[in-house]
Amino acid sequence: MIAAEDQVKSTNAQTIGKLVVIAVLMFGFGYALVPLYDKFCEITGLGGRTGDQVAELSENQAVDPNRSVKVHFDSNINSQLPWDFEPAETFMEVKPGQMYETHYVARNRSSVPVVAQAVPSVAPGQAALYFNKTECFCFEEQLLMPGEAKEMPVRFFVDSKLPDKVDLITLSYIIYRNDEATSLASSK
Amino acid sequence: MTATTAHDDHHHAAPKGISRWLTTTNHKEIGTLYLVFSLAMFLVGGAMALVIRAELFAPGLHLVNPEFFNQMTTMHALVMIFGAVMPAFVGLANWMVPLMVGAPDMALPRMNNWSFWILPFAFLILLSTLFMPSGAPASGWTLYPPLSLQGGNSFAFVIFAIHLMGISSIMGAINIIATILNMRAPGMSLLRMPMFVWNWLITAFLLIAVMPVLAGAVTMLLTDRFFGTSFFDAAGGGDPVMYQHIFWFFGHPEVYIMILPAFGIISEIIPTFSRKALFGYTSMVYATASIAFLSFIVWAHHMFTVGMPLGGALFFMYATMIIAVPTGIKVFNWVATMWRGSMTFETPMLFALGFVILFTIGGLSGVMLAIVPTDFQYHDTYFVVAHFHYVLVTGAIFAIMAAVYYWIPKWTGYMYDERLGKIHFWWSTISVNVLFFPQHYLGLAGMPRRIPDYAVQFAEFNLISSIGGFAFGFGQLLFVWIVIKCVRGGKQAEARVWDGARGLEWTVPSPAPLHTFDTPPVVTENTEHSAYLQR
Ligand SMILES: [Cu+2]
Repeated sequence: MIAAEDQVKSTNAQTIGKLVVIAVLMFGFGYALVPLYDKFCEITGLGGRTGDQVAELSENQAVDPNRSVKVHFDSNINSQLPWDFEPAETFMEVKPGQMYETHYVARNRSSVPVVAQAVPSVAPGQAALYFNKTECFCFEEQLLMPGEAKEMPVRFFVDSKLPDKVDLITLSYIIYRNDEATSLASSK
Repeated sequence: MTATTAHDDHHHAAPKGISRWLTTTNHKEIGTLYLVFSLAMFLVGGAMALVIRAELFAPGLHLVNPEFFNQMTTMHALVMIFGAVMPAFVGLANWMVPLMVGAPDMALPRMNNWSFWILPFAFLILLSTLFMPSGAPASGWTLYPPLSLQGGNSFAFVIFAIHLMGISSIMGAINIIATILNMRAPGMSLLRMPMFVWNWLITAFLLIAVMPVLAGAVTMLLTDRFFGTSFFDAAGGGDPVMYQHIFWFFGHPEVYIMILPAFGIISEIIPTFSRKALFGYTSMVYATASIAFLSFIVWAHHMFTVGMPLGGALFFMYATMIIAVPTGIKVFNWVATMWRGSMTFETPMLFALGFVILFTIGGLSGVMLAIVPTDFQYHDTYFVVAHFHYVLVTGAIFAIMAAVYYWIPKWTGYMYDERLGKIHFWWSTISVNVLFFPQHYLGLAGMPRRIPDYAVQFAEFNLISSIGGFAFGFGQLLFVWIVIKCVRGGKQAEARVWDGARGLEWTVPSPAPLHTFDTPPVVTENTEHSAYLQR
């Protein structure tokens, strides 16, 4: 009887060991979902993430002279950021494969230097993969002195493999205040 | 007797009073603690629901301010899910699983004590946020960022409470799996296990797989809010939608954690009162397993409206609708079990039948919500509220009620008051439909969920719903009274309480003595339990 109980105890210990390992692995899996999700979005264009192809690709692209796609520029400002921020042009007709440049205008309305970060998003999701920015103010933080205004460029091209049914692409930015960098900038 | 020496540690003179309950490692006492705690939380969560229904009684803001209203919807959900439904099922598992598999106790009695006693502290912390200056969480139980991160410092307490609840249920689940896998009586093969045990085994695996994911998700919220990470903060390169993916990767299996044990209970009760073996035992096991598996690949049906590629939406739509197949098999098997049975309608059976009918209504509205284009219409409306209350109140809660009526004579040794039980059933069934059925129409007409005020065209249905809510809520006090009455006394219960009942738990006397199956029973083809499976 005692031997049998000891045996049950040791099998129990083994079972618990395995189950605890599963629990710990699943906790790690929750965190692993973060990079997995990023990769997934990059591959599928989910979440409006734009492709990160580089400029030389555009040279290899045949420009389709008969096709034209409308690009809509949009801007949003987070309520914590005392800036004006809007696109210079709201709409642009573009030919897939060709490089274009436009800019956004930002102005710091406050009396202190402020650093901000813009985050892009492209709609519809299935177009996001084919919308490539080769230069963008969203690639780095932007510092504006009190009252300063700045033209911030975006260079982009729409991949000629863009699905036929897409004829309108919206490029939207939300611009946020970067608290850490702002406090650094104002202490200087 | 060698058995006595081996069991020395739990045969010594038990401490009396409160310390008996604080230090108990007995599965029956811990089961009772879980059930009592769950009942208390059911009443707390119910009181919060009544605040919500009182505010929604008529259009306009009458009783509470919108901020407090939002705290009520959030806390009602957290208390009911983690405080009422889950502990009730764990309590039932503690009481019944060892009795049903012929084990003397749970595999890990001391850990069992911990996993229960963590819970009251977790809920003390959660409920205390109601009295903190920044208030209780008010962003909905899903705690979506960025809204959930814009509250005050009490948020840290909420996260800590959720961590504790998670640890408690993981420990409980480990214990249940170890008990079922290692402690079964000789001769009880896996396919001779009662359905309640089978469903709990699968539920426990779900718990171990997804509670850590929830813990991870809320830890990310915590570090985003207090330690400067930006998992979900777009300004720092994160993505709030990612939270929804991680959350619902936990959240969908979680809804099955709250319904699979209920399926198990119903699969015990219907054969007993039909005096027939369960129809399609093996298919029931496979149906449960496939529901559990599918639950991992359907999460995004909660977030069709965030915008996802057509292919993704279609995948999650079809995967979700496939779940209706194993669920349909279960409903079919329950009906087939009753077919030509000599049925009687005692209270447990009434609740089980109520479950089968009303849960199926909730399942059907679930299929409607799975259809992407219609979901765009119904998303975040009262239709969703009606859907999940049909599956959780008339599903999970009705099954728990059925289980209590079914097994309480075994726990207390007395029969409950059958007349009051029947009144409780009919009162609850009528009022719960008055409460939730109109909410379908509210949702179809476009009333959003989680709002303290609404347009006047929604007034009538809200009025009806609130009347049903108060009737259902106060009706549960009758249940409390029936339980108290049954603990105090009544007609003496026999060992085999129901003449159609089969299974090891009915071979021990009523009330079940503190220690049972110190010498394991031997289950053979000819003993009643397996005979019950094969008849
Ligand atoms: Cu779901």
